[in-house]
Amino acid sequence: MSTAIAEPEERKPLSKKELVADHPTWCPGCGDFSVLALYFKLIQNRGLHHEKVTTVAGIGCSSRFPYFVQAHGVHYIHGRALPFATGVSMSRPDLHVFVFGGDGDAFSIGGNHFTHTARKNVHMTYVVMDNSVYGLTKKQTSPTSPIGFKSKTDMWGAMDQPINPLKQAIGAGATFVARTTHTNPKHLLAMMEAAMDHNGFGFIECLSECVEFYDGAFDASNPRKGGEFKEVPADHDVTNEQAAYELAGEPFPGYFGIFRQVDQPSKNDKEYELNARMQAKVEGLKDWEILQQNFDKMK
Amino acid sequence: MSDITAASEAAEGSKKVSKVSEAVIRIAGNSQDGIQSIGGFLARLAGRSEQEVMTFMTIPSTISGGPSIFQVRIGSGEVLSSGDEADVLLAFYQHSYENHVDFLKEGGIVLYDSSHVEPDPEFEKKYRHVGCAVTELTVEAIGGTARDKGKNIFSLGLIARMFDLDAPKLETLIIERFKGKAASISTTALTAFHAGYAYPIATIAELYEFTEPQARDKEQVVTNGNEALGYGILAAGVRFGAGYPITPWSDLMELLRRELPKYGGVFVQAEDEIAAVSMAIGSSYSGRVAVTGSSGPGLSLKGEAIGWAVMAEIPLVMIDVQRAGPSTGMPTSVEQSDLNIACFGAHGDSPRVVIAPANVEDCFYTGIEAVNIAKKYSVPVIILTDQAISTRIEAFPMPDLEKVVQDISPTFEPHTEFEPYDLDAADGITNHQPPGTRIESGKYPVITGLEHDEMGHPTSSPVLHTKMQAKRRRKLQKLASELPLPEVYGPDEGNVLLVGWGSTQGSMREAVERARKAGDSISCITMRHIMPMPDGLESIFDGFHHVYAVETNDEGLNGYGQLCGLMRAKFCDPKIEGINKTDGLTWRVHEILKRVKEKLEPTGD
Repeated sequence: MSTAIAEPEERKPLSKKELVADHPTWCPGCGDFSVLALYFKLIQNRGLHHEKVTTVAGIGCSSRFPYFVQAHGVHYIHGRALPFATGVSMSRPDLHVFVFGGDGDAFSIGGNHFTHTARKNVHMTYVVMDNSVYGLTKKQTSPTSPIGFKSKTDMWGAMDQPINPLKQAIGAGATFVARTTHTNPKHLLAMMEAAMDHNGFGFIECLSECVEFYDGAFDASNPRKGGEFKEVPADHDVTNEQAAYELAGEPFPGYFGIFRQVDQPSKNDKEYELNARMQAKVEGLKDWEILQQNFDKMK
Repeated sequence: MSDITAASEAAEGSKKVSKVSEAVIRIAGNSQDGIQSIGGFLARLAGRSEQEVMTFMTIPSTISGGPSIFQVRIGSGEVLSSGDEADVLLAFYQHSYENHVDFLKEGGIVLYDSSHVEPDPEFEKKYRHVGCAVTELTVEAIGGTARDKGKNIFSLGLIARMFDLDAPKLETLIIERFKGKAASISTTALTAFHAGYAYPIATIAELYEFTEPQARDKEQVVTNGNEALGYGILAAGVRFGAGYPITPWSDLMELLRRELPKYGGVFVQAEDEIAAVSMAIGSSYSGRVAVTGSSGPGLSLKGEAIGWAVMAEIPLVMIDVQRAGPSTGMPTSVEQSDLNIACFGAHGDSPRVVIAPANVEDCFYTGIEAVNIAKKYSVPVIILTDQAISTRIEAFPMPDLEKVVQDISPTFEPHTEFEPYDLDAADGITNHQPPGTRIESGKYPVITGLEHDEMGHPTSSPVLHTKMQAKRRRKLQKLASELPLPEVYGPDEGNVLLVGWGSTQGSMREAVERARKAGDSISCITMRHIMPMPDGLESIFDGFHHVYAVETNDEGLNGYGQLCGLMRAKFCDPKIEGINKTDGLTWRVHEILKRVKEKLEPTGD
């Protein structure tokens, strides 16, 4: 399954110029710019090289992300970036798999995959740029739009209970759950680094304002707009699921930081362990000889 | 039991022993009676005895119980189908007796469990009846209270005696079957077998002996289509699969889950069908062709993702074990009605490859072929099998595994520069370079479902969309020019050419044999490559006055089955017509012959 690649000669960390690809199609002032800039920073800080980074996205404004990064990238179908990334992650332990997407992609059309990728604890980093609106299709209600939000599909105000991404993740058994915002770059980078270092599924909800269709949505969390940026209390126990759940239920603007982080074997670890056990039984045999054992039983 | 060549007064008192070249045995009972294992033992014994064998089974789609049959046809010569009529019916219950006695040929033998079956005097005039208190005698032999346990193995003993089968070989098979289980299970099974074998059947029924089978230079293996295909996928070098359980694909997926870890591979049971295909595409993207599969409902769900793989030019192998549709349909019945969705299922123009293996052995080799085509042409390949092929057992020569097992590991050779969708590539064929590949120009590709330029960046350019669409088409037109033409079974000129695909091949060939013996001019071909079709098919059609596509699907609103419709569209030839049925069962030989006759001599009503 895994084909590890030998690291070539000492190479210099990439410059930002070497990481920049197409100019983003996002509107001026979009929160997603901030996530992109800090992703470059993350790659640079960690000294990653182009070929070792795989950026996967589904469909949506934020999912255009891979076009703007100079590395192997995938722009997949709506809502299914996580299973695609699972295929990459399970096949290639040598790669850093990052998935970027929006709230519609993650919690509406891709809701099932979010739950299962979290519970399986597949090793990857998933950043959801949550703007609480459908931007690419021009202002329809999203699964995280608050009740009362006026959109083109809820002209009298949204009536359905929004999803709380953090509670959703904690409930699904996610092993790393964090929340950040595009208006606090330092915090955003710290969360991305922590998620990347996490062995397993590292999930970040990043508030990312849509200036075009939901201007001011997150002002209450932005001190520059008179709001309050409240960090997760220092005494919060990230291994306490109940405490994480309660913290996640705090009304908007809520807390920012790591809600939950537990050390559990990833699906990748468990499959490799299984493989080691199974391969020990056929040690020294070539592939065709393993298959021959099956065919001999059919004689 | 055709070709009874000799009869002799044997040592069995007044009973004669007849030599037969083949026999069709139908076992009818309930699904929990283990009748599949009787058939399985008989099939494996045939394989070990250099005979040919083919089986046919029906399974109820209920969770436990329900009527079920297993038919096995064993022959010393070529066995093409599982047989239209049975020589022997083994009936466990009254319903098994009543529903299946008509499948016997005139003068055939009903072997019935007299503990449960009351013979009908009308049928007694037509068929030879042999009663044996199978249930009681089994309980007597092995003791215990489990009334239905073991009577299958007891019956196997009866059949073994009746056909003078190699008892020691069967004992070995029984022991192998229960290896790893408690020793008492194997002992009990052998006791039941011996009790059946010792039953004085010779005093009430005729005995048979198979003629010497034709000698074979290779050992035979005996297996079903799902297993053969699963092993073919492993032989092809696939090391990642993902799927979601659905009948009749599930046991293929279970095989991959069980076997892949031995090769360092992974099989993921996904949360749904769309996740399964997406995981497989993700794994293919990362360097090595991966597999997913399902049955019809799953293929419907996977359509969007398959369309992405066409657009993004990522290889993929998708297995569809067809069952009767539409919708949930008849999950345990056969149909060939997913051809259209396999060929066209996805929005937009999305050319892909569709291959249909024609028998169990072909399933193994098709697994390898599909992977190689997917890789070479960077395209999704759909393998269409069906419920009948997936469950039926056949014997075929042991593959030369050392030769056919291949390694398709990616190499990650650095490239100075790389365009994933190079429009200057010969015949439009470009190859995917997975992540891990260093590109010295520093320009990395984005693999995408948006229409794109040669680097994978989005475009709405009319010129580029036209060129890229042509690229995706041209590479498969190139494939069509390289595919072999199907071999004509029978003379390559004549009155009628039957065209079939998948599980119809056997019955169709036997129909050709039978018709030609009767002096009719009929030949047939099997279409393995359906999308694209190999170039030059018209040269075969030219040799015949009529071309009839024999399919297990409906004639549709336009009056043609699914393959027939494709051929009509491609060749615009009115001599191409369809012969269709949708009863959820495989074609019987006489059904095909009757329908051909009706076509040639319309009754005018």
